[in-house]
Amino acid sequence: MNKNYFEIKRAGINTTFQDQGRGNLYHIGIPFSGAMDNRNFQISNKLVGNEVNFPTIEFAFQGPLLKYFGENINFAITGDVKFIIRKKSNAIEGDCYQSFTLENGDELDIISTNKSVYGYLAVSGEFEVNYQWSSCSVNTKANIGANNGKKIEDGQKIYISNINKNLSDKKLNYINTKIENIRVIQGTNFDYFSDEGKKIIFEKEFVISKLSDRMGMRLEGPKIENIVDTNIKSEGLLKGVIQVPADGNPIIMLSDHGTIGGYPKIGVVISADYDKLVQLTPGSKIKFKKVELADAETLFKLYDLETQNLISQI
Amino acid sequence: MIKNISNLGDAALYCDFGTEVNKEINSKVIRYFKSIQKENIDGINNLTPSYNKLIISFDLRKKNFQTIKQQIENLNVINDDALESNKIKIPVCCDENFSLDIKRLEENLQITRDKIYEKFFGKEFFCYMTGFIAGMPFLGDLENELQAKRLETPRVKVPKGSVGLTEQFANVYTFESPGGWNIIGNTPKVIFDSTKENNPNLINPGDVVIFEQINKDQYYNINE
Repeated sequence: MNKNYFEIKRAGINTTFQDQGRGNLYHIGIPFSGAMDNRNFQISNKLVGNEVNFPTIEFAFQGPLLKYFGENINFAITGDVKFIIRKKSNAIEGDCYQSFTLENGDELDIISTNKSVYGYLAVSGEFEVNYQWSSCSVNTKANIGANNGKKIEDGQKIYISNINKNLSDKKLNYINTKIENIRVIQGTNFDYFSDEGKKIIFEKEFVISKLSDRMGMRLEGPKIENIVDTNIKSEGLLKGVIQVPADGNPIIMLSDHGTIGGYPKIGVVISADYDKLVQLTPGSKIKFKKVELADAETLFKLYDLETQNLISQI
Repeated sequence: MIKNISNLGDAALYCDFGTEVNKEINSKVIRYFKSIQKENIDGINNLTPSYNKLIISFDLRKKNFQTIKQQIENLNVINDDALESNKIKIPVCCDENFSLDIKRLEENLQITRDKIYEKFFGKEFFCYMTGFIAGMPFLGDLENELQAKRLETPRVKVPKGSVGLTEQFANVYTFESPGGWNIIGNTPKVIFDSTKENNPNLINPGDVVIFEQINKDQYYNINE
């Protein structure tokens, strides 16, 4: 049998295999990792007829250019992404949230994400990847997951098996909405900050720094003054935790975060807003809005229902 | 035994065991951690024990803060005798290529490097927790004379295997990583191995670690 594969002509900036990540490993120093934008990740799989937790290729800003060899395969891209499908005779610009077919020799050029950070590529088959702790998600810090725990590189081949022969076209009417108000629950060290600092965090605008990646998002803006201690005894971290180091600039922990940290926690982004948070690009403005636990729980239920509803429409 | 349980965000419990750092409080944290692991409570998807806190993460699709809190309050906690503890020897070479901060330590601590080694090697250190980067152990307690502050400007890259000191703690960098600890040597021993899925960490919370000094030849003869 002939092998089906993508040849990577251009890897892109930060292209990795991701699924929903791996739990129960914080205590040895391994974070969840997994797709940054879980909703878009799941939708991409559903659009090609996969189970929602299949491995996908996640890319950020500039995506990969892939040349396909093998029997016909469907793919779908989710997020807000500009991409082109180049066939022998013509080239067409593709649309997100819709499946397309690739034939032997076609090229898929994922040019860039538009005013967003992450996009997902799913195919109607299984990427041949290795799993660690039941997940293919790549953690480049500890070299865990598919592709020896490394980003996808120029020139490599990505093999695909078990291609679904029933290539029906699928489409979802969905537009990624952007939010600039991120909802936050007060953190466990909220009282470490001055009255002015407590006001600043929920009233002022911050700008997302270029020094942001899958590990964390750094913010710039008015400084948040600490009046107790700029260090705490090191303790666990979670994605969404907002730490404020001595320089007064907040850092939000993202999916590949270090599992332990010693900076005071001023707040935690609610689960319902995480997918939208990670899509905010460097230079974007961001504002935090305080909510209580009960509201955060309700908001997550609604968000999750909406996600399930979108998936069931496909 | 838990002094206070609060929420950290909407999908985690923050269990506070006190503010001090000592073996007694940390052992309580570890007992809770191991008891929860044993109970295999549905919906809990991560546990982070640290010096005096335990963070319990859960899947918000399955559970919420109140339900998990109740389960933790009614938990059967194993007693101290049930805690397993291994004694692990870690060879460390202090050749000048490895002991990046020894001069700085001599100056700051006002003692000679021989005195530093004498107070560090052969002593039993307790593993309070592992993490930050995969498998990194946080060990203590160092004698007062060895307690130094972090580097004012952290290194962008601390080499893999580096053994560092800060305040009353020692650690081992399991990967090349940024970091601000005072590096006194390097171990050839593999402390974290992701291919051993059941037990990737050589050193686990509650274990006892003894550092042993080796020379350059011995260092390069340990091929791990």
